[in-house]
Amino acid sequence: MDKRTVYMDYNATTPLRAEVKEAMKADLDVYANASSMHELGRLARARVEEARADVASIIGAGSDDVIFTSGGSESNNTVFATMFHRGRRGGRTGVVTTKIEHPCVLNAARWLEDEGFPVRFLDVDNTGRVDMDQLARALGPDTLLVSVMAANNEIGTIQDMEAIGALAKKAGAYFHTDATQAVGKIPVDVDRWQADYLTLSCHKLYGPKGVGGLFIRKGAPIEPLIRGGHQEHGHRAGTYNNPGILGFGLAARLAKSELDDYEAKTRALRNRLRDGLLSAIPKIRINGHPDFVLPNTLNVSFPGAEGEAILLYMDLAGIEVSTGSACASGSLDPSHVLLATGLGPELAHGSIRFSLGRDSTEDDVDYVLGHLPGIIARLRAMSTVDA
Amino acid sequence: MTSAFSWLYSDVVKDHFTNPRNVFSPDEDFKADAEGMTGNVKCGDQMLFMLKVEDDVIKDVRWKTYGCASAIASTSMLSDVIKGMTIRDAYNIKPEDIATRLGGLPDNKIHCSVLGDKALRAAIDNYLEKTGRAGAFRNEGAKIVCTCLNISDRDIEEAVKQGARDWEGLQERTKIGTVCGGCRKEAEELLHDYVHIFGD
Ligand SMILES: Cc1ncc(COP(=O)(O)O)c(C=O)c1O
Ligand code: FES
Repeated sequence: MDKRTVYMDYNATTPLRAEVKEAMKADLDVYANASSMHELGRLARARVEEARADVASIIGAGSDDVIFTSGGSESNNTVFATMFHRGRRGGRTGVVTTKIEHPCVLNAARWLEDEGFPVRFLDVDNTGRVDMDQLARALGPDTLLVSVMAANNEIGTIQDMEAIGALAKKAGAYFHTDATQAVGKIPVDVDRWQADYLTLSCHKLYGPKGVGGLFIRKGAPIEPLIRGGHQEHGHRAGTYNNPGILGFGLAARLAKSELDDYEAKTRALRNRLRDGLLSAIPKIRINGHPDFVLPNTLNVSFPGAEGEAILLYMDLAGIEVSTGSACASGSLDPSHVLLATGLGPELAHGSIRFSLGRDSTEDDVDYVLGHLPGIIARLRAMSTVDA
Repeated sequence: MTSAFSWLYSDVVKDHFTNPRNVFSPDEDFKADAEGMTGNVKCGDQMLFMLKVEDDVIKDVRWKTYGCASAIASTSMLSDVIKGMTIRDAYNIKPEDIATRLGGLPDNKIHCSVLGDKALRAAIDNYLEKTGRAGAFRNEGAKIVCTCLNISDRDIEEAVKQGARDWEGLQERTKIGTVCGGCRKEAEELLHDYVHIFGD
């Protein structure tokens, strides 16, 4: 097989769509400050507001209820900072989240814990789903915030958002969800989920990096993380990032209109990859939920082979994926998500995340199926650990 | 130091990673005179070293690993270098020498790369034991201080020689104590001693 580049790391980030890139390029000349009152400023502002409507629409929200941020990390931190101020003023202080959140939620929650807020990190079952009984028991009259990610970035597991939202609201808590990985991949609806806050990030849906959004339900408190000018109704200061916001709007509009196609396409390719791996490589384990899983995501453990070695052999073959083992990033700890699903450290160290996208093809999948069995066989042959 | 990933593309590392030398093959009949195992799968890596020895000279070597790319590349290099060496010389090879031959390794890969070196020493100790000289090189050998990361008193000594003066500096160079942290007390005592000896 001729060497080629196969990108299967779309959950890490996505390429910029050609249409979005063109629109952003054109927008670079609309240089006016979108807060200025003159004509050019009003033009720039109109484009921001148009984008806001598109972004709001992909999550079933009204445009007034979405603010722009620098990304998912900022949106999540804004919610936790808001809860910090809220809790400090008296009343409820309890925070309930999960063990499998993205580090930007986990670390924000740990910060609140350090500040004296009672924080509960919920367990998940072996498919990565939140234990609903444990959630129900964790909620009480002191619960201020429930924050549960809609879909997990590593294993793709999708939570029962309607049920979680209903429980949170019944307990009188605010409900936040980090929907960074869900938006553009599955239907997202702030009303059906009863979300008070919802986090989005643009670079996961074929838009530019460094742009995100936060849905804030009317009446829910919000405290700016960045204080300054009156942009975003004073909820987030800083001159509007026009090209980025415009790119976000277009990316969201396209993602919404193509959602069905996207789901069908990535699901078919992902299943082809999954079935191909299962039949070509003995003793592998598919992680995550068999049904409640993002259509594009496949997380696999390869017993007997170490994740980073697998990743780099694939890299040398031109295949770009992620590993659940964080050795590559300097820590020796295996993925907190996989460990939370009860996977032993040994299986967690030998895990690979494949995430497909709108540009993926059957040829890409077949290329991986052509290379990976040999890589695993080779690593297993030299391994001190039995598969 | 090379950055986290660029090292893979040094031709030497890439060559040893893609064509590791002296890897044990399950199909071959390799009768080892001694074996040594180190590492822990829980921490993500493990290494087995097998030696054929004649008149205290290493005649042939095989190894196996559950380990990352730098463990594979550096052990491959090490296994080439020690062939024909006396067991004593091999025992005293420094992991840095191997790293240097590979054109340097990023800081966060040093741990992985010393795995082969430790397994080699374990195999030589095993050989000494089998030939009635248990612990013969012990004084020259290293004592593991951090069991999680297989970091020895020698490694601490070397880190101090290279400029580590406090716990942070030592951690920066060796990553010692970053898993369970149980080794900190002993390591700090050694650090204190070595700073006293080698410090400026
Ligand atoms: C689930 C989840 N939340 C948050 C983020 C952070 O988003 P951003 O990169 O826009 O800050 C990511 C992306 O890495 C993610 O996957
Ligand atoms: S003994 Fe050193 S980190 Fe555990």
